[in-house]
Amino acid sequence: MSKLLIEERAVVVPGEELAEGMDYLPGNEVIRDGDKLISTKVGVASISGRLVKVVPLTGCYLPKKGDLVIGKIVNIGLSGWRINIGWHFEANLNLRDASSDFIERGADLTKYFNYGDYVVGQIINVSGSKIIDISTKGPGLRKLGPGKLLNVSSTKVPRIIGKQGSMIALIKEYTGCKIMVGQNGLVWLSSDDPNGVILAMKAIKKIEQESHVSGLTDRMKEFLEKESKGLKKESKDGNREEN
Amino acid sequence: MAIEKRTDGRKFDQLREMEAKVGVVPRADGSAMFKIGKTIAVAAVYGPRELYPSAFQNPERGVLRCNYNMMAFSGSGNRVRPGPSRRSKEISLVTEKALLPVLDLSNYAGSVVDVFVELIQTDAGTRCAGITAASMALADAGIPMKDLVSSVAAGIVHGNVVLDLTKEEEDMEATDIATSFATRLGKITHLQMDGEASAKDLRNALELAKKGCEEIKKLQVKALKEKYEGGKND
Repeated sequence: MSKLLIEERAVVVPGEELAEGMDYLPGNEVIRDGDKLISTKVGVASISGRLVKVVPLTGCYLPKKGDLVIGKIVNIGLSGWRINIGWHFEANLNLRDASSDFIERGADLTKYFNYGDYVVGQIINVSGSKIIDISTKGPGLRKLGPGKLLNVSSTKVPRIIGKQGSMIALIKEYTGCKIMVGQNGLVWLSSDDPNGVILAMKAIKKIEQESHVSGLTDRMKEFLEKESKGLKKESKDGNREEN
Repeated sequence: MAIEKRTDGRKFDQLREMEAKVGVVPRADGSAMFKIGKTIAVAAVYGPRELYPSAFQNPERGVLRCNYNMMAFSGSGNRVRPGPSRRSKEISLVTEKALLPVLDLSNYAGSVVDVFVELIQTDAGTRCAGITAASMALADAGIPMKDLVSSVAAGIVHGNVVLDLTKEEEDMEATDIATSFATRLGKITHLQMDGEASAKDLRNALELAKKGCEEIKKLQVKALKEKYEGGKND
């Protein structure tokens, strides 16, 4: 006899029993102990069919292959760059993954990415011992220009982006900002209008605080509509940004 | 000697008044406060972060590093000499060993999870309060755990097996048995004994401590859910 012991969208804590019996399968952040499914993190339970998983509400960023991240160039070597992506180990950006241009052997690498530059990259490989390779070759992957960087919890990133990027599109529309969200929790904002940046920052902080309350999109829309009055809306279509 | 009541009027199997709060240190990755009677422990977790010197790194899994500290003004009148002492080093190690069995640090190879336990006010049972607070702080920091660890001391005072000793009781030539339980797993992760006890008394004391830990666990769960459920209204 298999049965669920919690409700969908319930807040669970480590060691909490989620389901009984072999009919349910452990998903993310869930382990099987005997015939019980146990949560290993504080999070919101999510049940889809037979799969029981926990969406964590807290915790540090775990690099995954394919993630889009924002990082800072912290070191330059002979054959590439070292990038800090907020994870406790630096990621490698190899020469051949850096640019589609031909980079000559022994070229001055600071011409491409200098110390302290922020770049958007995609994680192309994570080895078992946490050696992380990043690529900046691809659509939307580049060096970031002047702008404002925000640090948010990486567990909130999916809520900031929204379903199919709906939330981020909403913020862009109302604030006229260019926004780039890295899976590691770094958000880059840029706009000609500083008030737009300030509003976008406020909006992102609000999402971070209220991310677990349902009906977020509607509330954000209301909030942005109210706050964006008097903000000049310009170049709406000129700031498409990939996420 | 037939004593019916304890010095503070509690029953033999009764815990002191408890209070728990999660997220008390905003700058930390995870934090918690646990108060039991007059003992107050605050735990803060930082990390996982890179571990230096690199000789201490473990390429297979993350390292847990605990630090227990009693604040200078925390004792009952006497100033506690600040800085590490033989006692605080021992308790740091004990805290680490009590928490490690429930943690899964395999994703954090080469890094360290730092746990700082500070005792603001002390009245016996500090290591237990520290472990209880640290366990909540680790959950708050999002470190994968199989279970929460709850900890309490049992003891033998004047031949009576009692739960959760105060300093006053400890000073009555009592046997002090500090234990930590992973209650869901039903396992003891830490057991220390100071004094003498018969096998029967020890068994009774452990049984009592287990019941106490189950009660503490309920409070830990409640405190954690309180932080994360706050404002949730669906």
